[in-house]
Amino acid sequence: MNNKQDLKQVVNQALAEQKVPHVKLKKIGVDKVNVERLTKPSKETRQEYWGKGLTYAAIILIIALVVSIIGFIAVRGLSTFLQNHVNVFHFLTSTDWDPGEGKNYVGAAAMIVTSFAVTILAALVATPFAIAVALFMTEYSSKKGGHFLQTVMELLVGIPSVVYGFLGLTIIVPLIRNIFGGTGFGILSATLVLFVMVLPTITSLTVDSLNAVPNHYRQASAALGATHWQTIYKVVLRVAAPRIMTAVIFGMARAFGEALAVQMVIGNAVLMPYNLVSPSATLTSQLTSQMGNTVMGTLPNNALWSLALLLLIMALFFNFLVRFVGKKGQK
Amino acid sequence: MNAKTRDKVATAVIYALVSVVVVILFGIIGNILVSGVPHLSWHFLTSEASSYQAGGGVRDQLFNSLYLLVLTMIISLPIALGAAIYLAEYATDNWFTSLIRTTIEILSSLPSIVVGLFGYLLFVVQFGFGFSIISGALALTFFNLPTLTSNIEQAIAGVPQTQRDAGLALGLSNWKTIRGIVLPAALPGILTGVILSAGRIFGEAAALIYTAGQSGSTIDYSNWNPFSPTSFLNVMRPAETLAVHIWKVNTEGIIPDADIVSAATSALLIIVVILFNLGARALGNHLYRKLTAAKS
Amino acid sequence: MQDINEVKTHIKNFDPNDEILSTKNLSVFYGGTIQKLFNASLQFKKNSITALIGGSGSGKSTFLRSINRMNDKVAKITGEIWYHGLDINKSDINVYELRKNIGMVFQKPNPFPKSIRENIIYALKANGQKDKGQLDQIVEESLRAAALWDEVKDNLDKSALALSGGQQQRLCIARALAVKPEVILLDEPASALDPVSTSKLEDTLKQLRSDYTMIMVTHNMQQASRISDYTAFFHLGHVLEYDKTENIFTNPQGKITEDYIRGSFG
Repeated sequence: MNNKQDLKQVVNQALAEQKVPHVKLKKIGVDKVNVERLTKPSKETRQEYWGKGLTYAAIILIIALVVSIIGFIAVRGLSTFLQNHVNVFHFLTSTDWDPGEGKNYVGAAAMIVTSFAVTILAALVATPFAIAVALFMTEYSSKKGGHFLQTVMELLVGIPSVVYGFLGLTIIVPLIRNIFGGTGFGILSATLVLFVMVLPTITSLTVDSLNAVPNHYRQASAALGATHWQTIYKVVLRVAAPRIMTAVIFGMARAFGEALAVQMVIGNAVLMPYNLVSPSATLTSQLTSQMGNTVMGTLPNNALWSLALLLLIMALFFNFLVRFVGKKGQK
Repeated sequence: MNAKTRDKVATAVIYALVSVVVVILFGIIGNILVSGVPHLSWHFLTSEASSYQAGGGVRDQLFNSLYLLVLTMIISLPIALGAAIYLAEYATDNWFTSLIRTTIEILSSLPSIVVGLFGYLLFVVQFGFGFSIISGALALTFFNLPTLTSNIEQAIAGVPQTQRDAGLALGLSNWKTIRGIVLPAALPGILTGVILSAGRIFGEAAALIYTAGQSGSTIDYSNWNPFSPTSFLNVMRPAETLAVHIWKVNTEGIIPDADIVSAATSALLIIVVILFNLGARALGNHLYRKLTAAKS
Repeated sequence: MQDINEVKTHIKNFDPNDEILSTKNLSVFYGGTIQKLFNASLQFKKNSITALIGGSGSGKSTFLRSINRMNDKVAKITGEIWYHGLDINKSDINVYELRKNIGMVFQKPNPFPKSIRENIIYALKANGQKDKGQLDQIVEESLRAAALWDEVKDNLDKSALALSGGQQQRLCIARALAVKPEVILLDEPASALDPVSTSKLEDTLKQLRSDYTMIMVTHNMQQASRISDYTAFFHLGHVLEYDKTENIFTNPQGKITEDYIRGSFG
């Protein structure tokens, strides 16, 4: 038991070092424990009750708000079908839009098609740029370059949508008119305006997705002798693909719901677009320009609320899609 | 094409696309500033808008924009703060929390025109507020809540758990710990979030055209009685903001100098938004340094 | 490898009159099913320092944080904690009052981003104490008790974050003392400190022993042997041995305890 003897020596030495003079406490010291108070509610209990209650109230308010937005718009939007007995199928597929006096022409197909057209085209144009910028920020540039582009993107986000609309109206529309003839208003102009507007959205989410790719993937790929681009294309982009998808959907949601900028350059004619430079109208542009010209409770007004309901449903759908793709990406 | 060449081509393409984006941004900012700033005169900022002649200003629109911004913040900040505290501090990982998060995501994904139309239905029509500043401020609140809430929540969640532990171990309630320790520590982040969302509110128009209205009434800046219909403080009067003004003069306006007015107003909007952005960053950094300063 | 549940434990029991706090069959579950502590039953003697030792994941910190209910939000805790004739693990216990009696100092120094003075009086002001003169006296005495007074007395309004790590930790002790607790829980209070700061901190704790009861988690064996009166050895969520520090270190009863202590002393 020699080892135990060793231990004893070390420990005894340590114990000997414990002798330290004691400071007498007068003001602080130990409070006598009040056992009563341990079982009774105190000021803290009440604070907790109020604090939790207040924050809870804020949450309930937000939930109530969202429920009533959906409720109000649904009730208004459905009255076209329930009160005015318009056929839903007709609403979605007909291109006759003239809900004025006595006529039941409420076919929204032209606006639906235009809305989807500008959304999809804007996403198609913006995505390559967004991925390039995101790759540049995460895989290529120095810290300084990344920071610079970050600022560029933040500035693009900060520009109000009416300013984009105004620029579209004064720069893009005349440009298109000069190149393709016609008025210059139409899907192409709207696409170009929306392209710049959704670019920062898609870019910043893509940057997040690329940053989430673990670094050892890149190192492993480089160690196998892959070129920088091979690593990016075969490894980084593959891993990040589901989240890049989500980024694109977010961008499309923003494009689909954008109202004023589109309304200023689309031409506002409820016609089925026959090419990219013919005047047309989206759901949002029609709502923006016509809501003030109709009387509450009449069919022309109800029909507009139906368009709003459609917008709302699409927003919910994009939301669902983001979750769906996100979940699939996690698997 | 071998791997090396492909690598070079890809790099070139990426650099080209990035350059295009940078050129676009500078084109946009440059265009607005060059065409707008020369017309940003004192006269422009301090005179009334004209309805059919050239030479109008944006005095009322500028004031309305600021007034709406302040009112919106007053209404939305307490709600967003409460919701953010709940999510960051009290929420546990259960179905109710995910319901809240889903709800907030839905609210943030709603197009602002839809939010504006809801405000129109509820406040302008149902409650009979008419086109008014208060209707506009409430619609902007709905538009602002999700972003502001998540900004504040992130700022609060960024405060280290050890700070909460310290407060709780001293016998403070959760609420006192949050109010006295967590919130002050999160203040730089919260302020940055507030200023950034202020920029968004300042430029928003779609949510306002059917709530605050598209035209202003005669305003008397010396009338401090908020209940008087001509007072600049009256929240029941219709009000056109800078952003709505740009839209209005371009789509329905008949003034001959619409382009000039729009350009100048756009420049004004952009300058204010950039100032907000820079201000948010500077203030955040300043407060952060002050809070963690070695010497104070 | 022997099943941990069948290892013979060696737990010393005191006369209940000497104890200030005791646990009975305390078990802690994380995420509903993962058990981190198994039926810990320990008595703690008044005005003594008890060291909780053991490897990482042995459940010693979990045990400590359960005593003043700091784990309530993240874990389910079953069993009893007796304190002044009350089972303080019951849901009707006012945890805020409890924590004023059972204070805590953490592994990483966590002063508030406020001045030194404000750090100490913050909780007192929250409790409604307003008298400036009295608060000043408390600031001085708690800083003296934490052996920090001489170093900071001229800079009480300086930010606490400007102090060194060791000073910050002693400030955290002073802050805990100002609330007048009876028991102080210390969760590896010296693990983030350099040797000089550690020895200062240990001196401070030794000075406080005659007034307070301290329970301290440490993985530094030398430290445990230097300052503690009693030592409990935790292993994989079980308390295997509990006795006077002297006995545990010089004459461990169990094989696992002996191996651990020998290995740690190197």
